[in-house]
Amino acid sequence: MNTITPAQYLPEKPARRHFRTEKFDFASLFFSGLTGLATLFILGLLAVILLNILINGWSGLSWHFVSTIPKKDFFDVKTTGVLPMIVGTTIRVFVMTIFVLPVGVITAIYLTEYAPNTSIVTRIIRAAVNNLAGVPSIVFGLFGLGFFINFVGKNLDVLLHNSDAVWGQPALIWASLTLAVMTMPVVIVATEESLKAIPPGLREASLALGATKLETILKIVLPQALPGIMTGGILAVSRAAGEVAPILFTGVAYYMASLPHHVTDPFMDLGYHVFVLSTQSPNIEQTRPILYATVLVLLMLTFALNIVAIVIRARVRKKLRALG
Amino acid sequence: MGIQRGHNARPLEWLAEKFIFLVSLSAILMVFLIFMFVAREALPIFLEQTDTALVQKVISPDEMDKLSPAKLQQYLELTPQQFASMDKDTLKSLMEVKQEALDEIPANFRNDPDARVNTTDWRYLLQPHQWSGYDKPEFIWQPVGEIQKYNIIPLLVGTLKVTLIGLFFAVPLAVGAAIYVSQLARPNVRELVKPTIELLSGIPSVVVGFFALLVMATVLQKIFGYQTRLNAFVAGIALGFAVIPVIFSIAEDALTSVPRSYTQAALALGASRWQTAWQIVLPAALPGVFAATVLGFGRAIGETMIVLMVCSASVMSWSIFDSARSITTTIAAEMAEAVSGGPHYQILFMLGALLFAATFVSNMIGEVVINRFKLKLEGKR
Repeated sequence: MNTITPAQYLPEKPARRHFRTEKFDFASLFFSGLTGLATLFILGLLAVILLNILINGWSGLSWHFVSTIPKKDFFDVKTTGVLPMIVGTTIRVFVMTIFVLPVGVITAIYLTEYAPNTSIVTRIIRAAVNNLAGVPSIVFGLFGLGFFINFVGKNLDVLLHNSDAVWGQPALIWASLTLAVMTMPVVIVATEESLKAIPPGLREASLALGATKLETILKIVLPQALPGIMTGGILAVSRAAGEVAPILFTGVAYYMASLPHHVTDPFMDLGYHVFVLSTQSPNIEQTRPILYATVLVLLMLTFALNIVAIVIRARVRKKLRALG
Repeated sequence: MGIQRGHNARPLEWLAEKFIFLVSLSAILMVFLIFMFVAREALPIFLEQTDTALVQKVISPDEMDKLSPAKLQQYLELTPQQFASMDKDTLKSLMEVKQEALDEIPANFRNDPDARVNTTDWRYLLQPHQWSGYDKPEFIWQPVGEIQKYNIIPLLVGTLKVTLIGLFFAVPLAVGAAIYVSQLARPNVRELVKPTIELLSGIPSVVVGFFALLVMATVLQKIFGYQTRLNAFVAGIALGFAVIPVIFSIAEDALTSVPRSYTQAALALGASRWQTAWQIVLPAALPGVFAATVLGFGRAIGETMIVLMVCSASVMSWSIFDSARSITTTIAAEMAEAVSGGPHYQILFMLGALLFAATFVSNMIGEVVINRFKLKLEGKR
């Protein structure tokens, strides 16, 4: 009978990956430090950008600045204002919300409450939503021009027998619709997340008491999911408020003497105004204060919205985690 | 309620469900419409129907009957609807107008071989060509002037250059930060840092562009001491800045979703926190990190405003300290000048379709890799 020697049952070489047991591991410390530095660097850059804008922009900010409709020459530091840009950005984002919220929320309801998880259609819808999120914003601009203005708008003009182009030209409504298509994934994903956070027990209890599926969704699930839906809406609004590329060809105007009156009017926009001020200024040193002040207004608008959304989302996530 | 089943029992429920289903199809519809309508405007380029040649063969109006209707329509540059609505006399007078217009072309163009060339032909879009006045074949994008040159290679190179610089800058930083935040940081630090970095994605790209233009360009020039203040390098760094939050949040998600048992086992065997993160968690999460990079690439290639504001001259050069013009920039800057329906307009839409295809593919790859990764982790759990 053979006896097994230690040489036979022990591997000849030690495993390649073995962990050192020295008390002081220099490499570990070095590399952890490096990742920490990367984190710090990103945070530092963020802080530099925000502080730079805040410090330089604060002095240019005044009530006069945010409440004045500028003359044709808006590069003049003394008389300029950003009221039409604030109004334009706000209205386009508001009109967008009207379109995107219902469609986004209903899609999310289908995906969480109705959709059979394994079916091909569900997977295609999910893939489409993910793809929509990744389409470059300038392509949305082209789409807005090719579809909304050149196809829908021009055909509307023909149908309504307009002699001049009323709908078939860049307009507030087309910019808003383009943005609505762009922000659809944001609303869908946020709503889905909040719908998933609702305990299934609630739905089961409602169904057990004799409520139908639709009643359960409308009266039990949706009220519970409201904060999450709001987050989605706010995130979409803050994303859309800062986007310039999709509205370049679909509705933004370089200069308008008055505020937009109708959805077929073009409009002025904060983000586009930042672009104009920083690239087409006759004297960048002189217009620097109004440029910084405009950027600050834009940032305050988008950041305030973002922070509200992040706070609500953190609560929803905590709820989700508590459920396991 | 009786014993009825299906949609007879509760017609309202049934209707509502169908309605919800139909609305949810809108995402698919939108992707489809985007592709269709961007490609539609560019269709004449793909079908090679557009002809930009300045000097064309003059066909005398007397020979009108010899031409086939399709040929005639193309010669007169009419749409099928316009062509159908015209009678023979109108067509004949149009041919006379065309003949006069062609006769009035200045003599210097008549002898220029470039004026006989259709610059929207794929050969001229992709290959270098020796234009008159140049001493060797070159790639030129120059959509203004009498002879418009539409070589898209400088734009592709510009896009790639800026995107790659951005990724070289963003990927190490974002992945490093993701490792730190998900594996090494204390929970309370993590709770604070994660939303802060995600706040970065809330900065509009036009603001990043503005910052790069006014502040970063000057600072970077002082550090590196290159000639032109605004170049692909500055644009790339600024672009990287916009991509960091995308890569960070996906990579962080992937690293966090590695089961805790992996980490605990490694730590129990005496590995340090760094060894666990580098040798256990990162390899397990590698597909997720890869997907984050691919999705970051998709985001970077489609970013418009930053590159538009920082640099925009279309130079055919691989040097990172030269200017560069990306595809997105070209579309944004030139669409306003392009005549609706003209060759320039069509080419810009063609570039948009290319861009859409590129991001579509990179999104698909990222999506598939992430899904497989998640399935694998769930299977092992």
